[in-house]
Amino acid sequence: MAGDVKHDYHLVKPSPWPLLASLAMLVMVLGGAGYMKGLWFVPQGAWWGPLPGLVALIFVLIGWWGDVLKESRQGDHKEVVQISLRYGMVLFIASEVMFFVAWFWEFFEMAIYHTLRANPEHSDLANPALEPLLKWNEWPIAQTDGSLVRPFDPFHLPLINTLILLLSGTTVTWAHHALQSGDRKSAISGLALTVILGVAFTCLQVVEYMEAGFSYDGSIYGSAFFMATGFHGAHVVIGTIMLMVCLGRLMAGGMKPEKHLGFEFAAWYWHFVDVVWLFLFAFVYVAPHIIWGSGAPGLGH
Amino acid sequence: MSSEPKTAAGHGHDHGHGHGHDHAHDDHAHDHQDPKWYSPARWLFSTNHKDIGTLYLIFAMFAGIIGFVFSGFMRAELAEPGLQLFNGTAFGGFFGSEHNYNVITTMHGLIMIFFMVMPALIGGFGNWFVPLMIGAPDMAMPRMNNISFWLLPVSFFLLLLSMFVPGPAGANGFGGGWVLYPPLSSTTGHPGLAMDLVIFSLHLAGMSSILGAINFIVTILNMRAPGMTIHKMPLFAWSVLVTAFLLVLALPVLAGALTMLLTDRNFGSKFFEVSGGGDPVMFQHLFWFFGHPEVYIMILPGFGIVSHVISTFSRKPIFGYLAMAYAMVAIGFIGFIVWAHHMYTVGMNVNLKAYFIAATMVIAVPTGVKIFSWIATMWGGSIEFKVPMLWAIGFIFLFTVGGVTGVVLANAGVDHALHDTYYVVAHFHYVLSLGAVFTLFCGWYYWFEKMFGIKYNGFIGGLHFWLMFIGSNLIFFPQHFLGLQGMPRRYVDYAEAFREWHHWSTIGYWIAAAATIVFFLGMIEALVRRRKAEANPWGEGATTLEWTLPSPPPFHQYNDLPRFK
Repeated sequence: MAGDVKHDYHLVKPSPWPLLASLAMLVMVLGGAGYMKGLWFVPQGAWWGPLPGLVALIFVLIGWWGDVLKESRQGDHKEVVQISLRYGMVLFIASEVMFFVAWFWEFFEMAIYHTLRANPEHSDLANPALEPLLKWNEWPIAQTDGSLVRPFDPFHLPLINTLILLLSGTTVTWAHHALQSGDRKSAISGLALTVILGVAFTCLQVVEYMEAGFSYDGSIYGSAFFMATGFHGAHVVIGTIMLMVCLGRLMAGGMKPEKHLGFEFAAWYWHFVDVVWLFLFAFVYVAPHIIWGSGAPGLGH
Repeated sequence: MSSEPKTAAGHGHDHGHGHGHDHAHDDHAHDHQDPKWYSPARWLFSTNHKDIGTLYLIFAMFAGIIGFVFSGFMRAELAEPGLQLFNGTAFGGFFGSEHNYNVITTMHGLIMIFFMVMPALIGGFGNWFVPLMIGAPDMAMPRMNNISFWLLPVSFFLLLLSMFVPGPAGANGFGGGWVLYPPLSSTTGHPGLAMDLVIFSLHLAGMSSILGAINFIVTILNMRAPGMTIHKMPLFAWSVLVTAFLLVLALPVLAGALTMLLTDRNFGSKFFEVSGGGDPVMFQHLFWFFGHPEVYIMILPGFGIVSHVISTFSRKPIFGYLAMAYAMVAIGFIGFIVWAHHMYTVGMNVNLKAYFIAATMVIAVPTGVKIFSWIATMWGGSIEFKVPMLWAIGFIFLFTVGGVTGVVLANAGVDHALHDTYYVVAHFHYVLSLGAVFTLFCGWYYWFEKMFGIKYNGFIGGLHFWLMFIGSNLIFFPQHFLGLQGMPRRYVDYAEAFREWHHWSTIGYWIAAAATIVFFLGMIEALVRRRKAEANPWGEGATTLEWTLPSPPPFHQYNDLPRFK
């Protein structure tokens, strides 16, 4: 506000976006519920159910973040406000990490203890006679239709995807350093390359999904695999969009060498997505492969 | 993270004189541009922490009335054996059949936790007083603060809507208990839309809490007044800081579990489906990994409030300030590693039980630090039994009762007998309904004059306390006996043997209902009389920064940041 304010904090003007975003989410969720079970004018199975709310939400977010950009340009984001925004982004990523904890926990529990869980009478883990039940060697279990799961060979597409993501981590760092030293051309090249690598990862992941030797609803293995890697994929897409927005702003002449929080946050997010993938690669793809050895039932791509 | 306040950044000036005058001046200077109280945009589009705090408090009151009326339905049903309300014919079948009793029980739990206690303590008092106490002009992210609030009515709407759409075959609403265990919450138990709406409701409520928590952490770490190091920060701010960390780290795990439930129900995944190699017990692990921190989320802000009230009305600084702060940190940390003590009866092996017993018992140590430090604060103080102090002392007494029965239940052997009995119901209502809710009223009566600039009638406040104290104890103390006798939770009917204590429990409810009416009468009296409140009604015992501001504080306070010694 005006006049005699003697601090650097940003007192934001009243804004319609939070209320509108909440309402958009309500519409989206009701549409989703309609798609699942049928509600009011959304019949069950109507794929478009969540769309109106989603589109509204996207418009609201564009307006909201547009305001943030405007405020940033008018100089509302003083040093102390920037620190707040950084803390905020770190905490947001922390909450995302905990979201993935749930999926990894589910995967580990089911991979390590699936035989035990299927036989609840063996509840005494201290009994050495039950030791064989604690091995991964029967994981993944057969699917509900009796077919065997053919897991992916981690050293085909998954390894390529790992290299792609690691490479994109370096290109985004290149772009960052270039931006900091005022070399906008290199920054744009680095960032464009990062976006391309991100899109490539997503495409290869789609190819991989189409060749899966197991299904989402076939068994707990398929569910855990697709939800863990699927949520990772969704985060890759979100991260790619963040990077694309940064690329657009860079090309339009935005972002200063000394202040470019949007870029930094996109890069942090990208590294987070990268680290999640490394965990997925190590534990969901490679570790079972090593434990099964070459005798594993028919490996797919 | 840094413990140095960053607030001095960009400040070159220094005022030697006290800041009290400045604020009065600021207040006056801004009069012409502060929005009118009746302006819709002020409330719908708010980016002001005090207005958003007020919205949270009003919302919590609204949800609290609904949750409280639901518990009245339960007590009326349980007043005597047989079916009184939920028999399909009473009041023209208004209450439906036995399933609706389960729906009411489930909704009571979810409403009181997610839409009453959390919004009031964290959203309401946290928003109002964390910035005031640490000397900040507002929250770090005022616009995000607003969406944290607006997601709640949306989420609450979804929860209420779930009661009116199909749940199990042939009935409406979700009646599987607030813990949402599959297979009751999967297609097997509740194939209808109701459970999906509950899931979405909790997704949105969780999002609201995560965003709010991030805001609090950032505000507390980055916006303390110059000179206020983290070890000089008021205990309420400490309590909200710890609470916010618990929220950020625990809620996403619930979101994951709920998403698994949703896909199991709608897209054929097998997370909790035994037929596909999944395991419903996994849901319990994920749920309680969130659920146990959640109980501390509900009580920690109350700990903070009580510390200030005890200190204020004993006219002594809090005993063992640092130990009090780090006891909360310890409670928060241990809260993450004890979750399976809610699951002793799922067939877990003995070694695991031994661990969870030991870890759970350890929580009694930092909790004891808090209880004894409050008592030590009062020791030798010049105690004034003003209304907030009554609630604070009542809280210490009743929370201790609930804490002690918690230690009893921590023992897996005992818990095998008491699991899912009224003993558990009595235990968690002593720490929540007589613990967290007492701190809530404690904070309300402590800060009411500061927030609204008018005085309440102390006699009515005292009457409210004593009626509530008697009523809520009469509701829940007999439930210990019921539980020890074997009365199970979530039963609409019971054997003749349980009649006597259930009867007393229901009488207790009516006394608590009378107390609640007295509470609202007291508020109406205060609003009608409009006695102008002083800046600091509590005298020299009230030392935190909010008492240096006028009551109510100006729309934007601390335009000139206070310098903390």
